[in-house]
Amino acid sequence: MQTETLIKMANQVGDFFAANPNQAQAQLEIANHLNRFWTKDMRNQIAAHVQAKQGAGLHSQVISSIAAHLNP
Amino acid sequence: MDDIKYTTPQFQPKPDFGTPKQVSQKQVTLNIDGVDVSVPEGTSIMHAAQVSGVSVPKLCATDSLEAFGSCRLCLVEIEGRKGYPASCTTPVAEGIKVHTQTSKLADVRRGVMELYISDHPLDCLTCAANGDCELQDMAGAVGLREVRYGYEGENHLKQEKDESNPYFTFDPSKCIVCSRCVRACEETQGTFALTIEGRGFGSKVSAGNQLFMDSECVSCGACIQACPTATLMEKTVIEAGTPEHSVTTTCAYCGVGCSFNAEMKGEEVVRMSPNKDGGANHGHSCVKGRFAWGYATHKDRITTPMLRKNIQDPWQEVSWDDAINYAASEIKRIEAKYGKDAMGGITSSRCTNEEVYVTQKLVRAVFGTNNVDTCARVCHSPTGYGLKQTLGESAGTQTFDSVMKSDVILIIGANPTDGHPVFASQMKRRLREGAKLIIADPRAIDLVENSPHIRADYHLNLRPSTNVALISALAHVVVTEGLVKENFVKERCDWGSFVAWRDFVAKPENSPEALEETLGVKAQTMRAAARLFATAGNGAIYYGLGVTEHSQGSTMVMGIANLAMATGNVGREGVGVNPLRGQNNVQGSCDMGSMPHEYPGYRHVSDPAAKALFEAAWGRPLSIEPGLRIPNMLDLAGEGRFKALYCVGEDIAQSDPNTQHVTHALESMECVIVQDLFLNETAMYAHVFFPGASFLEKSGTFTNAERRISPVRRVMSPKNGYEDWEITAKLSEALGYPMQYNHASEIMDEIAVLTPTFKGVSFKKLDELGSIQWPCDDEHPTGTPTMHVDEFVRGKGRFFITQYVPTSEKVNAKYPLILTTGRILSQYNVGAQTRRTKNVEWHAEDVVEIHPHDAEDRGIKEGDWVGITSRAGETVLRVTLTERVQPGVIYTTFHHPESGANVITTDNSDWATNCPEFKVTAVQVTRVHQLSDWQKHYKTFSDAQIAFANNKLSKKAQQPA
Ligand code: SF4
Ligand code: SF4
Ligand code: SF4
Ligand code: FES
Repeated sequence: MQTETLIKMANQVGDFFAANPNQAQAQLEIANHLNRFWTKDMRNQIAAHVQAKQGAGLHSQVISSIAAHLNP
Repeated sequence: MDDIKYTTPQFQPKPDFGTPKQVSQKQVTLNIDGVDVSVPEGTSIMHAAQVSGVSVPKLCATDSLEAFGSCRLCLVEIEGRKGYPASCTTPVAEGIKVHTQTSKLADVRRGVMELYISDHPLDCLTCAANGDCELQDMAGAVGLREVRYGYEGENHLKQEKDESNPYFTFDPSKCIVCSRCVRACEETQGTFALTIEGRGFGSKVSAGNQLFMDSECVSCGACIQACPTATLMEKTVIEAGTPEHSVTTTCAYCGVGCSFNAEMKGEEVVRMSPNKDGGANHGHSCVKGRFAWGYATHKDRITTPMLRKNIQDPWQEVSWDDAINYAASEIKRIEAKYGKDAMGGITSSRCTNEEVYVTQKLVRAVFGTNNVDTCARVCHSPTGYGLKQTLGESAGTQTFDSVMKSDVILIIGANPTDGHPVFASQMKRRLREGAKLIIADPRAIDLVENSPHIRADYHLNLRPSTNVALISALAHVVVTEGLVKENFVKERCDWGSFVAWRDFVAKPENSPEALEETLGVKAQTMRAAARLFATAGNGAIYYGLGVTEHSQGSTMVMGIANLAMATGNVGREGVGVNPLRGQNNVQGSCDMGSMPHEYPGYRHVSDPAAKALFEAAWGRPLSIEPGLRIPNMLDLAGEGRFKALYCVGEDIAQSDPNTQHVTHALESMECVIVQDLFLNETAMYAHVFFPGASFLEKSGTFTNAERRISPVRRVMSPKNGYEDWEITAKLSEALGYPMQYNHASEIMDEIAVLTPTFKGVSFKKLDELGSIQWPCDDEHPTGTPTMHVDEFVRGKGRFFITQYVPTSEKVNAKYPLILTTGRILSQYNVGAQTRRTKNVEWHAEDVVEIHPHDAEDRGIKEGDWVGITSRAGETVLRVTLTERVQPGVIYTTFHHPESGANVITTDNSDWATNCPEFKVTAVQVTRVHQLSDWQKHYKTFSDAQIAFANNKLSKKAQQPA
């Protein structure tokens, strides 16, 4: 899938949880959402994007969430 | 296959009690014709008599309508009372003695009948209602033997018939002016299209002094059902004669899920009569369910399997074995070449539960992937997600009947009179009784002020895409004005999440004043509406696709649940969160595990216990990885990485957004298998076509918007040879995994074993109870009408912060208008069924609504062709000018493929579920004189494809691969 599509989707997920005043919980929930609803390939692709391109285009909280909590 | 195992083919007509059943704690005992009978206080003597087995003659009374007391045929004698009171309008009283048959009563009744008959044609033998006419029955019952008044005098026998409605005839010469039709139109349907004009002998039934088709009539058929004579009569009955047997089944259209008696002559349907005992419809219907079933025998039906190597080739007709084996060989080939993840399945909300179940089983256990999705993806997937998160169950909380106890009704992004007509009739009844109404919709739907005797207290005509801001503004008022039901929240909800939510919505930026401009709704109106909702008593929220089909669809569903919890409006009758599901089996297709991340019963594929359970039952290893959703499948297909699709009953090429993206994806696949009644838009891109069976030709169940599982019963043999689940089972067998079912009931038995909420469901129990609302288990053996009664399914209800995030689909100078889409009463979804019925007489084409100001700015006049251009594409539609839409917004339906409404909708989607943002597309509109390029291409392409199907090569000529 186009990485742009995944970036847009991940940022949208991030936008929802961003309003949570508990930022640690928000980060957990963002990655959890991807773990529960994205295929392995999609997760790996976004994780690779975070690795290789410092997550260019992703919101910073989404990057931290992916780095910390995304299942391979 | 052995025939229908569980049905009640010989239907027993229920007695007509003459007046509606009463509910009262107090029982009253009286004596009728020497027999004591006890009935609830308020019951009519006529009803009580029928309870004790005595039929009192009647003409103007029927138990679906309030008593009227006009015909005087039902007179009785009451000991100690003077005169002859009408039994339909006289309530029972303790200890009275009633006589229904005396010689005096017989004289009076004969006299009444004589008058009726003297102005009625005596053509009983050739009348369409012969044998099914209450006037005839009553003439017999009162012993009418002669009519002393001749036809020389003035009479109505020469009056002309009104044949304008495609489905029924109005023959006034047979009318006895009992006014049952008028009352049915008012009380049952709530349309008030009919009146009795004139007085005395000159009185007659009138549809506003015009033809039925030109009147307000919405062709629901309630008047026909109520009419005791042949005055209002179905044309099918006039043509075919009265039915000889009847089978109870369920409508295959909308999420109301009306129960019908399919009245048959052999294998031919003569009439569909809504079932009085139907839990969702109580004997009512709309024009689709009652009349629009002719598609099942339409000449366009494809009944022989077809194959082709390439979509540019003509189709070849083949045997079932050849078709199944070819499909199986292609699936195996593609698996070997591209891997399991390059394959998947899509089911439809038009499929039965059993069909959905076997399809997801095939994909998971045989294809070996979780790439299975359903069309709920594009409609109510945010409901599943949002309600699971907040309340703990992906389903509506109430029964439809619950609305009769609501004091204030909040409708958000739904248009019940068009989309859920039978429920709308019930809701309108409650509104006429005085319930308050708040409507949040960018467009003025009929309930705003275009329904007789109904007017919304508040119409919050917000700008499309601002739902979440609206729910925050309403919640702000509730929270800051002390309207939260704290006791409820403390006892039932997760307090920490409540506090976080409360603090969030209380922020000044969430106040109505701060959001007024974003929403385009006056702050005072929002405040008043919020106060009304929170304080008027039982508050119920009904919502539709105007909530879900947004980039923040799931957020809004959660926002709705938040508001319901904060105001204490969950867990009893009259309240609740009520998603109005578009299609008949949206709820069921989700329940049955046709989601890439969930097994039947909403258990996540990564849940080890669920995996172990299904692996043991199915005997195949299963994947713990979530599969692809429909838009993911299409994206990957376009990139050449998704190659085989089994698409059952769904038409993604018409119903999914950004048509050109969808068709490109389909063109890029190597094996597209479509199972459908017709060569639908998706089938034009298919390599294998499995002809499907209509709902009249198969057994199974549908689950409606109130979680009601209702039986679908086979009333005729499948023209294609097989029920749809059998086709899936054959494909499975060809792939080396035989499915051992003899009947759809055995699939339900397997579902019940594997799904806790369905534990107590079986076809046998459905035969006994009629329908069952899940959860149905040991604790609730007859089902669960209201959910979350003592506690939420998830334990404590959880509040979520719902921050408004504007959509990225923004208007600008190039695309200054917002297009939003919707439905119309007479058509259904992609229209594949309803376009093949006479319903097209109401809606032959999709038109675009535009505000007169926007039209004037562009030099557009009523009826012009306009080009609608978006970032995704362009299409051309005819325009109509109306103030129903606000300036800046245009509106259309998508029932006709050539309209190309989805050519212009974009890939934007809900953050949580990828449900497309159908309700918001930035567009420009200009006057044009010719079709769009897409439409021209579509016409050429679809003409060629139809020709490929019509001129298919015969069986002998082809060589199966
Ligand atoms: S068909 Fe329905 S809407 Fe039309 S007149 Fe009869 S009851 Fe009224
Ligand atoms: S049309 Fe039928 S229901 Fe209506 S008044 Fe005449 S006889 Fe009665
Ligand atoms: S379309 Fe809906 S409302 Fe109409 S008859 Fe069918 S289930 Fe009932
Ligand atoms: S049935 Fe009672 S007056 Fe007509």
